Amino acid sequence: MELTTIWFCLIGVLWIGYFVLEGFDFGVGMLLPVLARDDRERRVMINTIGPVWDGNEVWLLTAGGATFAAFPEWYATLFSGFYLPLFLILIALIVRGVAFEYRHQRPSATWAGWWDRAVIFGSYVPAFLWGVAFANIVRGVPIDADFEFTGTVLTLLNPYGLLGGLVTLSLFLTHGALFIALKTDGEIRGRARALALRLGVAAAVLAVVFLVWTQAITGNLATAVIFAVAAVALVGGLGAAYVGREGIAFTGTFLAIGLAVAGLFVGLFPDVMPSTTDVANSLTTTNAAATPYTLKLMTIAAAVFTPLVVGYQAWTYWIFRKRISIHHIPAAH
Amino acid sequence: MWDGGDIVRAMDSVLELARWQFGIVTVYHFLFVPLTVGLTMLVAVLETIWLRTKNPEWLRLTKFFAKLFLINFALGVVTGIVQEFQFGMTWSDYSRFVGDVFGAPLAIEALLAFFLESTFLGLWIFGWDKLPRALHNACMWIVHLGTLASSWFILAANSWMQHPVGYRFNEVTGRAELVDFWAVMVNKVQLGTFPHVILAAYLTSAAFMLGILGWLYLRRPGRDGSERPMYRRGMVLAAWVMAVSGIGVAVSGDVQGKIMTEVQPMKMAAAEALWETSDSCAPFSVLTIGTRDGKHEKWALEVPCVLSFLGTGTFDGKVEGIYDLQEKYRETYGATPGETYYSPGDYTPNIPVTYWTFRWMMGLGVVGSLVGFAVLWLTRRGRTPSGLVGRFLPALAISAPVMVLLGNSMGWIFTEMGRQPWVVFGVLTTAQGVSPGVEPWEVWMSLLGFTALYAVLAVVEVGLLIKYVKKAPDPFVEPPSPSLRGSGPDGADADEPMNFAY
Ligand code: HDD
Ligand code: HEM
Ligand code: HEM
Repeated sequence: MELTTIWFCLIGVLWIGYFVLEGFDFGVGMLLPVLARDDRERRVMINTIGPVWDGNEVWLLTAGGATFAAFPEWYATLFSGFYLPLFLILIALIVRGVAFEYRHQRPSATWAGWWDRAVIFGSYVPAFLWGVAFANIVRGVPIDADFEFTGTVLTLLNPYGLLGGLVTLSLFLTHGALFIALKTDGEIRGRARALALRLGVAAAVLAVVFLVWTQAITGNLATAVIFAVAAVALVGGLGAAYVGREGIAFTGTFLAIGLAVAGLFVGLFPDVMPSTTDVANSLTTTNAAATPYTLKLMTIAAAVFTPLVVGYQAWTYWIFRKRISIHHIPAAH
Repeated sequence: MWDGGDIVRAMDSVLELARWQFGIVTVYHFLFVPLTVGLTMLVAVLETIWLRTKNPEWLRLTKFFAKLFLINFALGVVTGIVQEFQFGMTWSDYSRFVGDVFGAPLAIEALLAFFLESTFLGLWIFGWDKLPRALHNACMWIVHLGTLASSWFILAANSWMQHPVGYRFNEVTGRAELVDFWAVMVNKVQLGTFPHVILAAYLTSAAFMLGILGWLYLRRPGRDGSERPMYRRGMVLAAWVMAVSGIGVAVSGDVQGKIMTEVQPMKMAAAEALWETSDSCAPFSVLTIGTRDGKHEKWALEVPCVLSFLGTGTFDGKVEGIYDLQEKYRETYGATPGETYYSPGDYTPNIPVTYWTFRWMMGLGVVGSLVGFAVLWLTRRGRTPSGLVGRFLPALAISAPVMVLLGNSMGWIFTEMGRQPWVVFGVLTTAQGVSPGVEPWEVWMSLLGFTALYAVLAVVEVGLLIKYVKKAPDPFVEPPSPSLRGSGPDGADADEPMNFAY
């Protein structure tokens, strides 16, 4: 396989890792006002993701860094072209990250209330905007011969893009609700499962429409198979949730999100950012790539460190595998 | 210097706005970095000492400084995310140009360092009741290693911009291409910068520890001064770290000065506002009063020959002045590169800024450290100074880390602005690096947005730090010591409250 293809796949893997992992902690954040009845339950929810959310976010940083190194032209066009959505995502990620760390630092309800708003805002905004951004990458955006994005924000807010946003939003909500069901005990666990079912149905409908539309834009046989398996995983997961098998249910949304993202990348290949202005201006794995020397170097680094990272992150999840309930929450400081 | 027209042009210039944004956002990020790098080391040391001595005081200090560290770390992380994105957002042509060389260290940093830091810090924070003690302590050491690795790669990337090595310019694509990664890793600028920055981080966090413990010693002595021995022990430890790293900072800074004179002679001349070449025994000016660009000094406090030593290693070395260098640069690089921002052919950075930030870096660092040692001295053997000194000593103690921290900011502003008009020295100017497709209003929005949000967060963070410093270390509670097997869902501790929770 060509090095550029390997790196296209690896970047796909990093984004998949990011969405399946941070997807549920966005979901937990968005559901904060819905699932929890009181402060104790809110703290239960936040503590389910407490030790892991930062590690999940690093998948994004690695995806960004890897894109910069492996496909500098892609990084430059994408990040400067999607300026406004990325700015909003950054603001959201900032207030959300700070909120987790600072929320419990003062015993006041007003204080906690403001940080709860920050968590909610900071989870909704990226959950929606990442979908919009990815849908637009797949669909193509206006790019000129210098590889500069020539559209505006409004270019990105097309129906397909907005639908993409709703799909990630609803999938992450479902994923998060199932994570809560899997990781908590007590009343909140049952509530989370019931809500996951209702959210899951909405997500399934939106996702199927979106995937069929995507199939029509960039599809081929491989994407059709991948999307079909993703849909089966989602429906299967919801079925498992219905009969109370939370572990399987969570695995279902995990696979569904991962496969859907994989399908988007397969459909995109060999483009990385198609141009709607002129196909000749499309960024591809070839014309956007770094030199073979850099790619080879990065391949060695990835081969050595990725298994290590996956290993110790998995170990962390194992260490914190215990369910949390309101009994486990110590009094605030 | 600036008239109304300049200001209007600047308000409408993506370049100008992008520079302000980069400067603000990055200097802000670097307020948290030195404390993160240094405090992970100090907290790990405190915990290790506790494990060795079993003296409860060390655990109380561990938890106390860990709490302050975490408040700081939260902002370090979230401001770092902006850093990772902003190259592509506002400096897209720069990213296209350097991605091949610069992207690799950045990506390896994320893969190698950020995963380590975030994962093992999560384990450390939440793992008191889940991990055996030695393993728990090891987690913090691993976090510290992560911060060192992170610093190594990002500083290598930055050093490459100061002194590009191991690359080739591709005429066809118009981009820099990596040919020797190892050369980038052991760039001579990097070999000076890394120790300087890391030791400055240790100095800063040790001053933080010493200053805060000094304040507590004076203001929260406990019943009959019962807490004082604990604070003293911590202060002495911090003072040792300060002394060693302080010497290291000066030595490494001296090494850097020589490398800088070699690779960027203009920066050294600018640091001194040295307009005319000095053939031997160039004086180091401590302070000057005169015009802002230093062309006409009215009064100056100078130490003879020290500049020659700083730049060349001998007291009679020759140091080139700005006028001569200006000519040389114009011959080497032509008249164009400075065009957009500077007047054509102008290779002189902003002299008042470079001159003063260089002095403030050293001055704030040295004075801050001396204040720290003074606090230690004045509180020796259970003393509490009275009178005027006693009144101001607590505030003075707190000011020590603030000064040293600001010294770090000054160092960066000097290094980065002294490199102007280049963004990659000798290869790409700052003006050429900015995103061509981004509109001024967009950069205005992010500039104002980040600055306003950062200002609010700074207030919140300082408020929290003050709250927890005033609260003083919590009483000793023996943490549980679980074995890895007993901590599962059915372990004996199944219904115990968590040892730490958000
Ligand atoms: C000398 C050290 C140093 C320097 C010059 C920089 N940083 Fe930094 N950075 C760190 C040292 C560090 C650190 C000590 O490793 C931090 C501080 C807080 C933390 O979590 O790690 C960090 C955090 C941090 C994070 C968040 C990591 C996480 O989520 O865990 C990112 C994405 C960056 N940085 C990126 C950058 C970029 C792109 C920089 C260049 C402009 C930069 N940093 C300058
Ligand atoms: C964290 C420590 C750093 C600080 C405090 C810092 C500070 C600054 C400042 C104040 C400027 C503005 C200079 C000017 O506009 O005249 C600047 C410029 C710049 N720095 Fe750094 N810098 C740091 C690290 C880095 C690193 C590690 C990189 C790259 C890896 C970097 C890349 C740049 C770039 C691309 C510019 C050009 C923009 C400009 O000139 O305004 N900086 N930096
Ligand atoms: C005491 C004598 C010191 C000397 C001779 C010295 C020298 C230098 C020099 C020459 C540079 C510029 C390097 C370059 O641009 O290539 C620099 C940068 C810097 N200094 Fe210092 N310094 C001293 C003290 C300090 C102190 C006390 C601090 C911290 C409080 C500090 C923090 C920094 C930082 C953060 C930078 C920017 C990063 C870098 O390029 O290393 N320095 N210093």
